[in-house]
Amino acid sequence: MFHNIPFIAVIVLIAIGLYGVLFKRNLIKIVMGINIIGSGVNLFLIELGYREGGVAPIFTSAPKLEMVLPTPQALTLTSIVINIAVVALMLSLATLIYKHYGSIDSEERRLKG
Amino acid sequence: MTLIEHAPILLIAIPLLAAFLTPIVGRVNSLLRNFEMIIALVSTEFLTILLSYDVIRNGIRTYTLGAKIPGLTSPAGFPVRIILEVDAMNAFISLIASSITLIVAIYCLNFMKEQRILDKFYTLLLLLLTGMLGLTLTGDFFNLFVFLEILSVSSAALIAFYVQRGEALEAAFKYMVISSVGALMVLFAIGLLYGQYDLLNMAAIADSIQGSFLDKVALTLLISAFLLKAGSVPVHMWKPDAYGEAPAPVSVLLLTSALISLYVLFRIFTIFAINPVLLGWILAILGILSIFLGVSMALIQNNLQRLIAYSGIAEIGYIILGVGSGLVEFPSPTGFGFTAISGGLFHILNDTLDLGLLFLIAGAIFYLTGKRDLNIGGLAHSQPTLAVFFLIGMGAVSGLPPFNGFASKLMIYESVYYLNPLLAIIGILGSILMLAIFVKVFSAIFLGIPYDRELRKIPGSMLAVMGILALSIIFIGLFPNLVLESIITPATKALINPKNYIEAIL
Repeated sequence: MFHNIPFIAVIVLIAIGLYGVLFKRNLIKIVMGINIIGSGVNLFLIELGYREGGVAPIFTSAPKLEMVLPTPQALTLTSIVINIAVVALMLSLATLIYKHYGSIDSEERRLKG
Repeated sequence: MTLIEHAPILLIAIPLLAAFLTPIVGRVNSLLRNFEMIIALVSTEFLTILLSYDVIRNGIRTYTLGAKIPGLTSPAGFPVRIILEVDAMNAFISLIASSITLIVAIYCLNFMKEQRILDKFYTLLLLLLTGMLGLTLTGDFFNLFVFLEILSVSSAALIAFYVQRGEALEAAFKYMVISSVGALMVLFAIGLLYGQYDLLNMAAIADSIQGSFLDKVALTLLISAFLLKAGSVPVHMWKPDAYGEAPAPVSVLLLTSALISLYVLFRIFTIFAINPVLLGWILAILGILSIFLGVSMALIQNNLQRLIAYSGIAEIGYIILGVGSGLVEFPSPTGFGFTAISGGLFHILNDTLDLGLLFLIAGAIFYLTGKRDLNIGGLAHSQPTLAVFFLIGMGAVSGLPPFNGFASKLMIYESVYYLNPLLAIIGILGSILMLAIFVKVFSAIFLGIPYDRELRKIPGSMLAVMGILALSIIFIGLFPNLVLESIITPATKALINPKNYIEAIL
């Protein structure tokens, strides 16, 4: 039970994020929702490679051979970077939308977001 | 030969390098920048032709990143590196992607002349091409995710190209929300698969997949995410906004990228092949719904690009109807299943050409009149060539005999009829309605009293690329067998024999 907690946290994070994306009307909150889903997925990837008591997977002068799996960490790094780019782009779009309409409510315009 | 050995990675590297070279060169001289971009695109096109020719003749080609010998995939029967894998199927798709991008770039040279931030526009165009080619050629799941994000980020920026228009910004935001949630679901599914098999290579996972509950969850997530990117019926809502608000040539590229996500979808279907009969039926029914919804929504549109976008949803419906009903016969599609799948794949090519031509015509009309709606009238008097092109595109998109749309739609109808006559009948009705819609559009834009205001001339290069598309529509319509035998049949064989794809890696 105890070592399932991270996976439960993943589910909870993704659910919160999806709730934000689907039901919130504020564009910034939608972006936050996407970022939270991203964190949930990243946590999931890290958790896949975790090994209890493992050290960082660097062989040179490693204290012991129990290491965490390096591949998910590489994947997570890449996905964090991508997520930052996506969130930055979306926030800049939200800024431009605010400049154009004077509001960031998604219900007030022609296209329903 | 070394060039052909390294062709898969060069196809990704050349546009990527050129993309970031473009703003630097653009600082020096804009003519030089155009020259550099066209050189990059032409060399990509040349490499895809070379690669497709080689792959169709000599079989699957793999490229392992970082290996001493590019063809060496798995030193110990366990692929660890990123592997690009090209068979006849993805060679066909990459050929479509690079040719369409070349055509669009030539079109843009004059279409976009008045815009100021062209450097960035071309950078994004080339990045979009990188994303499309990478998505097509890669054999690695995580790489797939990365290219998917490159694709969505660059296309979102391109949709928002007319920054001064609020609707364009909203369309881009909407597209970005939907595609990034989709991409994160893809990543989650990749995590699920990786957690079970410790593998990221698509072929290797397909070899060892068990069909457990978690696999099914992962596959459902993957399939729904790629259906979302392709824009079939339950998740089509971003499409008309994005296609309608983007500059017209960008809409052509968005359409191509939707077709590429369809390719990824079919690839995932066939190599994993868990419960293909059920999935085939689901796809066929989604296809029928897309056709129905696409044409009925196109009927009431008043904006030309949105209208073409809705008919694009219907065309995607025809593709997934064809391939879906072929998958019903999956483990060994020989009779109607083979015709259905090759009809669907053939329709991918025809769809790009037809809708591409129509979008470019919509762009030309916007260039001439500055209007996006249908209330123009009388353009045929001053622009007879444009009217002829529109008639060709209209005939092709609604599947009239001398054009290419007829050839592929006939294959889809006759094979789907064996599966269930009702599906074929709805498909034919959809085509007829499509014709009615486009006849209405034709009369609204081109017929009637001559357009009163003084018009600009359409630059020769724009007319030339539309002419190329129109000519290839007529050529494929007159000689469908030529294309079928040389490209489509090898592609279909590659798609329905996933064993070859898997064994090339292991």
